[in-house]
Amino acid sequence: MTTVISPHREQPAAQASRRTVRRPRRRQTRRAWLGIAYASPTAVMVALFFLVPLVLVGWMSLHKWPLLAPPTFNAPENFADIGDNELVRSATWFTVKYTVIITVLLFAVALGLALLVQHRRRGVGFFRTAFFLPMAVGFANASLLFLGLLSDEIGPISDLLRAVGLVDGYVSWTSGSAHSALGSAIVLVLWRFAGFNMLILLTGLQAIPPEIYEAARVDGASRWQTFRRITLPLLRPTIALVLTLMVTGSLLAFDQFWILTRGGPDNSTTSLVMVIYREAFIRLDLGSAAGISVVLLVVLIVFNVIQLGVLRRRSN
Amino acid sequence: MARYRARRVVAGMAAALLITAVAACGNDDAAGGGGTEAASADDGATLTLWTRAATESVSKAYAEKYNATHKNQVKVTAYPNEEYPAKLASAAGAKSLPDLFASDVVFAPQYASQGLWVDVTDRFGALDVKDKVAPAHVKAGTWEGKVYAVPHTIDMSVMLYNKDLYTKAGLDPEKPPTTLKEFAEHARKIDKLGGDVNGTYFGGNCGGCVEFTFWPSVWAAGGGVLDAEGNNAKIDSKEMAEVFALYRSLYDEGVAAPASKDEAGPTWLGALQNGKVGIAPGPSVWLGLIEEKGVKMGVAPIPGPDGGESTFVGGDAIGIGATSTKAGQAWDFLAWTMSDEAQIEVIAKNKGVPTRTDLASNKYSSTDPRVVLINSLMEKGQTPYARNFNASFNDPQSPWLQTVRGALFGDAASSLSTGNADITKSLQQS
Repeated sequence: MTTVISPHREQPAAQASRRTVRRPRRRQTRRAWLGIAYASPTAVMVALFFLVPLVLVGWMSLHKWPLLAPPTFNAPENFADIGDNELVRSATWFTVKYTVIITVLLFAVALGLALLVQHRRRGVGFFRTAFFLPMAVGFANASLLFLGLLSDEIGPISDLLRAVGLVDGYVSWTSGSAHSALGSAIVLVLWRFAGFNMLILLTGLQAIPPEIYEAARVDGASRWQTFRRITLPLLRPTIALVLTLMVTGSLLAFDQFWILTRGGPDNSTTSLVMVIYREAFIRLDLGSAAGISVVLLVVLIVFNVIQLGVLRRRSN
Repeated sequence: MARYRARRVVAGMAAALLITAVAACGNDDAAGGGGTEAASADDGATLTLWTRAATESVSKAYAEKYNATHKNQVKVTAYPNEEYPAKLASAAGAKSLPDLFASDVVFAPQYASQGLWVDVTDRFGALDVKDKVAPAHVKAGTWEGKVYAVPHTIDMSVMLYNKDLYTKAGLDPEKPPTTLKEFAEHARKIDKLGGDVNGTYFGGNCGGCVEFTFWPSVWAAGGGVLDAEGNNAKIDSKEMAEVFALYRSLYDEGVAAPASKDEAGPTWLGALQNGKVGIAPGPSVWLGLIEEKGVKMGVAPIPGPDGGESTFVGGDAIGIGATSTKAGQAWDFLAWTMSDEAQIEVIAKNKGVPTRTDLASNKYSSTDPRVVLINSLMEKGQTPYARNFNASFNDPQSPWLQTVRGALFGDAASSLSTGNADITKSLQQS
């Protein structure tokens, strides 16, 4: 934030001094220093809370790192062990599967909602707010809320479905079967994030000039043609952004499974980040946890570079 | 999505390291232990004590009594059970462990091996009562011949049965089962009462619950679970297979409540408190919690398939945080918790199990024969010992839980032998 604001602020400061106007080189130096000064708080924060931990994680991944005893260099053991870890394999497969499912569903729902509320009509403000509102609930809290709602012991959902006659007897949504556990997590994520993605897509939709739609209407284009030939192509940069956010977020899924299903039943919903958590906090092997984190990070970087590259090429 | 949580895990680890790096230049002498505590052990220091929610009430009762009679003041902080190991690990990584911290006794070997507790071998050896302190717990807190932790609370697994349902089903409420087969018969009879009454209940999606309640039957039959060093699993035995087969049949017949399959722990107590379960193995400390809800309960030892009896001596062990600078004062508290005064006036008075074998019968226990029975079980029970216990048995992603699920609800024939190999591999992982 600071970096964005600083150019505006430093201009009056620079103009105020006449001496600097006469000596352009000193003025430039001064401007540069001012710029650095304005940017430094952000730079310090980024360095302290992003770069330093990043380098440390990389460093840790090369060591056997006990909690208190001094670390010992053991590269590339932490990386070699990943291949032998059965749980990493099943978690990778599950995480990829989850990412594909949730990206498709979440995108469809978010785009559908955005199209529904894109035009100004009576009551549209109410629906926009209603769709976005779940975003105001913390994700961990939302997961706990669903855990309670879906519980057969204390939640109303099962009782409701029994009353309607859709289910019979005892049901466990969150751990009864692999499908129902994944399903309950998907419903939770859709509820929590559809509104947020709808909002991003909505800004993209509203950036499309109405004249283009008018021209299409004059030419006699059908609704479907307008959507395919105008809305989708012009929305492409926004779609790319939303998809990047969805995929990155899904590959790093943790809260929903940690709270709702605890990775079960039978490890069927154990995500990669849960394996990292297990390595660090259950096995107390920080080096191994850092190793998996580094690999995941590399995958994410590669993925984002490809996706942003495609985005840039298309918008050009 | 979970980006923030994930980043927090990674960043938290790294931040902890950063602090570690800085703190490493500071004082390390506290971890060494030694010291001149004798003169100044009760000098008005404030001691922090961490524990998990399950043990909170006992830790607070100890602290209250100690604070009333000592200058030192112990402050207890409790964390949710599942989050507690992570909390300890991040505190250790940041070299900011509390002065005292308790842990589930089965995790004690791991913490001791990681050096999270101060070595108290000499201090413990100097205690008059050292030979009378729960031996299974002391062994759990021992790593490579050195003592790091002492018992804090004791919780044992017993059969808990509903006396009213026993009477209704035509069983004698004063005659609990003496074999596991008889237990199954009783459960079946009670289940026939119908309605929402179930014969029994167990935590079929909870590794810790199953080891706590099933293993005593295996031990009672003469079987084992682990070797003495905790490096090799021995769960592919005929005793283990027999115990699992019995519970499996109870589930298949619908005698065990259907929720048993998905019970991961959190709603286990609630299921027994609602008074609809005939007989189930569970923690002895729940006796009071269940009766609070107006359910009349009986207690019996957990038998083997054809007789015998045993128990899982669980509970919490406690030691001095390796980064504490108040080891002397902290030991003053620990030594006091093992005294007659603390064990009788704090533990026994609240119907708990004393951590001292010589106090099993005391002035409070004699008022309730069930408490005498629970206390007497300690010498017949076991506490399994393994450095990688949590990762191998208790964690939701552990190979043991996979094995349990297979043996109870999946491919029973192969799950124990496959599981034995997987668990052994996990136990031996460095």
